[in-house]
Amino acid sequence: MKRRQVSRRGFLKSTGGLVVSFSFSAPISQLLAQSPDLPAVEPEATQLDSWLAVAQDGSVTVFTSKVELGTGIETALAQIVADELDVPFQKIQMDWGDTAKSVDQGMTVASRTLERAGPQLRQAAAAARQQLLKLAAAKLEASAEQLTVRDGVVSVAGNQAKKVSYGDLIGGKRFNLKIIATGEGWDMKVAPEARAKDPKEYKIVGTSVPRIDLPPKFTGEYTYIQDVRIPGMLHGRVVRPAVVNSKPSSIDESSIRHLAGVVKVVQQENFVGVVAETEWAAIQAARALKVTWSPPAEKLPANKDELDAYLKTTKSVIDMNPVKKGNVDEALSSASRTFQATYRWPFQLHGMLGPSCAVADVRADRATVWTGTQAPFMTRDKLATLLGLPKKNVRVIHKEAAGCYGRLEPDDVPEDAALMSRAVGRPVRVQWMREDEHGWSPKGPPHLISVRAGVDSQGKVIVWDYLDRSFPWTDARGVLLASRQVGLKPTDPGFPNGATSAGEVYQFANQKIAAQNLPWQTAGPIPLRTCNLRSPGQPARCFASEGFMDELASALGVDAVEFRLRYLGENKRLREVLVAAAQKAGWKERPSPAPSSAGPKLAGRGIAITDRAGAMVAAVAEVEVDKPTGKIAVKRITIAHDCGRIVNPDGVKNQIDGNVIQGVSRTLLEEVQFDATSVKSLDWKSYPIISFQNIPSIEIVLINRPEMEALGAGEPSIVPVPAAIANAVFDATGVRFREVPLTPERVLSALKSGPALNQRARS
Amino acid sequence: MARISLKVNGRSRVVDTDPSTPLLYVLRDDLGLNGPKFGCGLSQCGCCTVMLEGNAVRSCSIAVSNAQNRNITTLEGLGSVARPHRLQKAFIEEQAAQCGYCMNGMIMNAKALLDKNPHPTEAEIRRALDGILCRCGSHLRVIRAIQRAAV
Repeated sequence: MKRRQVSRRGFLKSTGGLVVSFSFSAPISQLLAQSPDLPAVEPEATQLDSWLAVAQDGSVTVFTSKVELGTGIETALAQIVADELDVPFQKIQMDWGDTAKSVDQGMTVASRTLERAGPQLRQAAAAARQQLLKLAAAKLEASAEQLTVRDGVVSVAGNQAKKVSYGDLIGGKRFNLKIIATGEGWDMKVAPEARAKDPKEYKIVGTSVPRIDLPPKFTGEYTYIQDVRIPGMLHGRVVRPAVVNSKPSSIDESSIRHLAGVVKVVQQENFVGVVAETEWAAIQAARALKVTWSPPAEKLPANKDELDAYLKTTKSVIDMNPVKKGNVDEALSSASRTFQATYRWPFQLHGMLGPSCAVADVRADRATVWTGTQAPFMTRDKLATLLGLPKKNVRVIHKEAAGCYGRLEPDDVPEDAALMSRAVGRPVRVQWMREDEHGWSPKGPPHLISVRAGVDSQGKVIVWDYLDRSFPWTDARGVLLASRQVGLKPTDPGFPNGATSAGEVYQFANQKIAAQNLPWQTAGPIPLRTCNLRSPGQPARCFASEGFMDELASALGVDAVEFRLRYLGENKRLREVLVAAAQKAGWKERPSPAPSSAGPKLAGRGIAITDRAGAMVAAVAEVEVDKPTGKIAVKRITIAHDCGRIVNPDGVKNQIDGNVIQGVSRTLLEEVQFDATSVKSLDWKSYPIISFQNIPSIEIVLINRPEMEALGAGEPSIVPVPAAIANAVFDATGVRFREVPLTPERVLSALKSGPALNQRARS
Repeated sequence: MARISLKVNGRSRVVDTDPSTPLLYVLRDDLGLNGPKFGCGLSQCGCCTVMLEGNAVRSCSIAVSNAQNRNITTLEGLGSVARPHRLQKAFIEEQAAQCGYCMNGMIMNAKALLDKNPHPTEAEIRRALDGILCRCGSHLRVIRAIQRAAV
């Protein structure tokens, strides 16, 4: 499994300004030393050479601004290109996330990279293959129709002696071919004129090719952002207030005079950092530096009750109303029975295992920054604004961070590194400490969701009224932490937190689904700033919609699977995952809750489904609730998953494992603690996540749709997990939980107050 | 600053550093060993695990002076992509990671476990690795990889 050692550096340099590339096997110092050289020309989407290059040995380098986040996208995209080009998978090398070498294909977010960047790269590859066939036809004196390609070698059908390799045709040279490219970012259509293969011809797409990136990750040879070092580099640490939006009214530098190796205390407006010769000196200095912070200008809600009141009563700034059918109020008043319930979801953390890290080399007229951003071009643009440089003079180079699940769309740390590098005139590496990450990273927003429904005299649901109240993502695309500390202001309330997974998959005669985002933008930065967290908003909304569906089914004495099927209409793919998951889990048809049983352990099962941007998922949870302690053991989760055409089955399974496990963790354990001025969850003790002894077994049914485009698998399967678990707990105990996390304390106290809690939902 | 002698992956190394520096930063920044990772600096996550005289320890919380002249093994000391240790090979075969940031902790703690208990049960593996955090959710594959390496 040796990393491919295709050295393309010489070739690319010789092509004069196409790109500056490097062998992945080159020592990191060599690799990085050449990076600050900006190319003469920015890659143009309409130039085939911007997307890929063929070397003399026939290896192919693909340039993409999509980045590896640990989901295996590098491998999946390489599979698509290899198949389209007819070259062996091993010949593909992905060069990703460098703003000087790639076309902006938009951010790597929302689990939609395969869906969007997959076709872009496939079409570029199809255009390249077409051009190579044209060159081969001339060389072999045959018509293009007579040619076949195998493993990057073109031959004349029926005369295998007449052949030429891709490397011989174009190796080391530019295609110099204009292609069509319209639209921007992930909506860009690339080379629509190129005819791509019939999916039936795929040989590599659809197979479990082992991931390119994994072997060096098991040996310490992989270069994460934390491992980037460049010559002359210093170490920086941020010094942030423990509380919201305060100013450093005084800094006592004598407090760190005893420490050797401190280079500079950097202050710009409210931003404070220290730069030192070594990491340890920087850490000690950041801890010891005596900064007097002004009293905070603003207050957070002082506790959960205040947050709840704010969510209940505040007028919204963003309103979404994706479903409005019939007359909900009339239907509710005419219904034979009505139901209502309120669900709650707390602030949660992304919890990157490795805190944010970046290296910046800021010079007078330009800057090069290495970072783990999910959005290299957006990060570049923000840095250009912060530093007052033209965008073209700022180069952002992605290096993989720890799994980030949306947290690095608003990538804060390169701004810290840039401010410190500019202040000391040398490259600076900034590593956030654990308390920086837990304390100041943007959080997944809380939700307060109210649902009402009514049934007619035959027990048919005739009305659904769903309202999600939450916060927008103040920081996803907005002005980031350091920028705000130096005085840049946000210009909008934030990015909408979505409105799907709210019951829109069900056909009810009267149906209203609305989502309101409340004002959460503040004059200065606050530690409860928000951004997108894995399948943003949807686990919470699904927790409410699928929990409430379960309440209705139970109240009407109908089996949960049967009940859902009644209202799914023609959504064939969603029906199929629902039935497939139930079958795989050995679902026995009966209403919930389960017949009560004696003994300290109560067993139950629950189901939930979602249509997440076209990916269909059903989850069955089986739980055991320990009555004396209130501890929930999730024994098994069964997932049926349809994400269209499957590019890499093992990769999809790996992603499903991850979604399920993170989903269980967020359902059972996770809630950010805070008070009026600060976040109190600053380490893994105060914000526990799941560990080995509590990991359930996972069963997976993959439904492949080769005729469809591929959809992402990085997020959809987390969506139904919390609802499935809570429904299973209801099945086991007869007690409905409408708020996560389902901690033992919460469960125990609810078990003591008995089924009364459940009754609250009834009319 | 002081000159400190270390025995890392079978080699003698001398570093000139503040003796209170946590071993992690010396391994990474002075010796260029990127296997051990910074995760929390609080002994809570396991990312920084190395073996000290055969025991898995958190290198973020041991002063380099306390590791002087003791045998230190890092992830690099086990094997390489070209010549993987059987645990690393098993992790590759099981494709047992997503982002992989926790893998140093997983593999080093698995090594410490298998050295003492060559054929652990699944429950023993779960117990031994319970303090090693993974945010991507690769736990089940990690268990399978360790079982594969143990056979």
